[in-house]
Amino acid sequence: MAMVQPRSIRTRKLGAHLALLGFVAMVVFPLLLVISISFREGNFATGSLIPERFSLEHWALAFGIPWERPDGTVVQPPFPVLLWLWNSIKVAVVSSLMILALSTTSAYAFARMRFAGKAPILKGMLIFQMFPAVLSLVALYALFDRLGQLVPWLGINTHGALILASLGAVALHIWTIKGYFESIDGSLEEAAMVDGASTWQAFRHILLPLSVPILMVVFILAFIMSIMEYPMASVLLLDEDKLTLAVGAQQYLAEHNQRWGDFAAAAVLSGLPITLVFLLCQRWIVGGLTSGGVKG
Amino acid sequence: MPREASRGLPRHRSRYPAERYTRWMLRALTALLVLATLWLVMAFHLRGQWMFALLFLVLGASLAIVFGKRELMSHRYIYPALAGMGVFVIFPLVYTIGISFSNYSSSNLLSEERVRVQFLDQTYQAEGQAFDFQLIREGKRTRLYLEAEVAGEVRRLVSRPLALAVDGQPLTVEPARAIPPGEVLGIREVIARRDTLEALALVTPAGTELQLAGLRSFAPILPRFAENPDGSLTDLRDGTTLTPNHETGFFVTEDGERLTPGWPVAVGLDNYTKIFTDPDIRGPFLQIFVWTFVFAGLTVVFTLAVGFFLATLLQWDQLRGKAIYRTLLILPYAVPAFISILIFKGMFNQNYGEINLILENLFGISPDWFTDPAMARTMLLIVNTWLGYPYMLLLCMGLIQSIPRDLFEASAVDGGGPLTNMVRITLPLILKPLTPLLIAAFAFNFNNFVLITLLTGGSPDILGASTPAGTTDLLVSYTYRIAFQDAGQNFGLAAAIATLIFLLVVGLSVLNLRLSKVSV
Repeated sequence: MAMVQPRSIRTRKLGAHLALLGFVAMVVFPLLLVISISFREGNFATGSLIPERFSLEHWALAFGIPWERPDGTVVQPPFPVLLWLWNSIKVAVVSSLMILALSTTSAYAFARMRFAGKAPILKGMLIFQMFPAVLSLVALYALFDRLGQLVPWLGINTHGALILASLGAVALHIWTIKGYFESIDGSLEEAAMVDGASTWQAFRHILLPLSVPILMVVFILAFIMSIMEYPMASVLLLDEDKLTLAVGAQQYLAEHNQRWGDFAAAAVLSGLPITLVFLLCQRWIVGGLTSGGVKG
Repeated sequence: MPREASRGLPRHRSRYPAERYTRWMLRALTALLVLATLWLVMAFHLRGQWMFALLFLVLGASLAIVFGKRELMSHRYIYPALAGMGVFVIFPLVYTIGISFSNYSSSNLLSEERVRVQFLDQTYQAEGQAFDFQLIREGKRTRLYLEAEVAGEVRRLVSRPLALAVDGQPLTVEPARAIPPGEVLGIREVIARRDTLEALALVTPAGTELQLAGLRSFAPILPRFAENPDGSLTDLRDGTTLTPNHETGFFVTEDGERLTPGWPVAVGLDNYTKIFTDPDIRGPFLQIFVWTFVFAGLTVVFTLAVGFFLATLLQWDQLRGKAIYRTLLILPYAVPAFISILIFKGMFNQNYGEINLILENLFGISPDWFTDPAMARTMLLIVNTWLGYPYMLLLCMGLIQSIPRDLFEASAVDGGGPLTNMVRITLPLILKPLTPLLIAAFAFNFNNFVLITLLTGGSPDILGASTPAGTTDLLVSYTYRIAFQDAGQNFGLAAAIATLIFLLVVGLSVLNLRLSKVSV
């Protein structure tokens, strides 16, 4: 693009690079620091970014392997990190699949059909979505407590309860998928219906295969949201072997017994996969997150 | 519209068996789900939990209607999502508002019937009818000999050998004429067997249960309360009456003293008036209220400032390496928040945290990040800016891209520098589409529970507060602490504050919908 070039462009470029590098340093420093700490010996080691006294103790403990110190004492893993990670993934996968199913079918109706109460329902969903779940925790706790007396696998301290509770947060996803459906021309489905397909068949065999990209995005978004969910999990889950990572990880930095080194290894181990998934999918995720704004 | 047409078609038997089976499967599934919800309705109704019975009644009925009537074909597609929202968002909302008008708390938790049953289950040891006891050893057997004088007549009882006592089952005692033969054990041996004796329950031929009462006697265990026809309870120990007070939800003694546990009753606007009039609650509440607004507002300002600044730099065509910068700069968004918040908790630690080490070395200062209110708030804002600016960066980059390039060309022709461009062109053009998103960001940070809970937990505490309140608490974390952390677990008060926040959020989201002109 032929922009008119102002003077002193070189100094300004240098300034821009310096500013950006400054910010990058501030962003990356904590992350590098944690990686470094995870390899340092002991739980309160301080020192340079490259560890002076290298040790794999924290990593062994994070993987659940007891670690023998040079003086012969054996350290047991403090917390079952891998189990927490597995719990998180299990809950996130199931709840994301269910959210995807619920929001895809509704988005189809909102995008393609006309029915009584469509506009108020859609608006109402958007408004109700703004309420943070933290505020109705007492009610959710009561609900699952009573439900658990009748259906044990939906009670307090079950993953079933946590998965079900996440089904309330679908409005955002419906909105995203609806936008995508509306961008697909409806003539293919109409042609199918003229040939005798039912509404459901047109949806299932024509529209869904065309929408795989947005379904992936919504699945990943729901997955990440579920992994990071804290308030509901902190109230609904009680036993240590039931906790998700988001609730369990804070136990490393409890008030009186801070295991900084152990935490660092566990954080890198569990945070890295999630971060990588996000970075790999960032183009779609960012598109999904910001689409509402850019359009408006 | 063809999709309308399929709905008007007459119901017909499909030519394809596969389709017929699918239809029957769907019908069977619907029937099954309706039956399951009806079972839940009955079960909740039988337990007297009418709120939950009503919830599942509505759920089951709407399920049957939507999947039973052919005219509601389109609604079948939105029903599952609506049901999810109804049960897990709207019902909890209504329930919370309901609780806010009651005194539901850890002291008023169970229903009135359950509380009554708990009182009726209480027992007491009738000291006046106690038996003196002696341990008697005869060979290897040790037995208890009990003796009491009732109305001038001496009653004597002998137990079966203690070795036969099975855990949890009472040992029978039988009438005896005289003290059985054998060696009477001294007090020292009685003390040595105290644990065994304390665990022991004896049953007389009349069926009264006796338990150890002191080192020399066994006394009968009697039910403490008896129910009267008018609903009050009589204390059999001293003959006083307990009357149920349906205003406060407690049984009250004749002296007006409340006995716990109580049961939840409606208290009207009490929780709300308490928030605004009780000085021990109003003071902390207002302080937290103001801090919540300051925190959310400053967070939006800071994240927007940083994000906008970086976005303008990254939009500069002649800058190289933009892709790498961009990836590195959105890293805080990619790392799970619960991990990065905890990383900062460690880094800001006052004793071994890296930040204080650096500050100590460079400037010789080491701020009390967690014990000084002002420093704790500063830390929260720093961390939240770090966490939140990538979102603003991404938004701003998207919006700046949509600004026509010739505006900048014209500005350059007129001699405008980068600062002029930023203030006169970019900012005014993106601010309008950005406003609804800024409101959403404000609402999100207004309720940023995870950051507060994981980083400071609300501490340092506000002095003189009767509820658990901290100087860094937001309204949400304050509500959470009242409901779940305090020993009092005051659900009613927490629900009242939650209701107030609901109202604020409704205001924000209506404003948001207005500004973003959502078209449906």
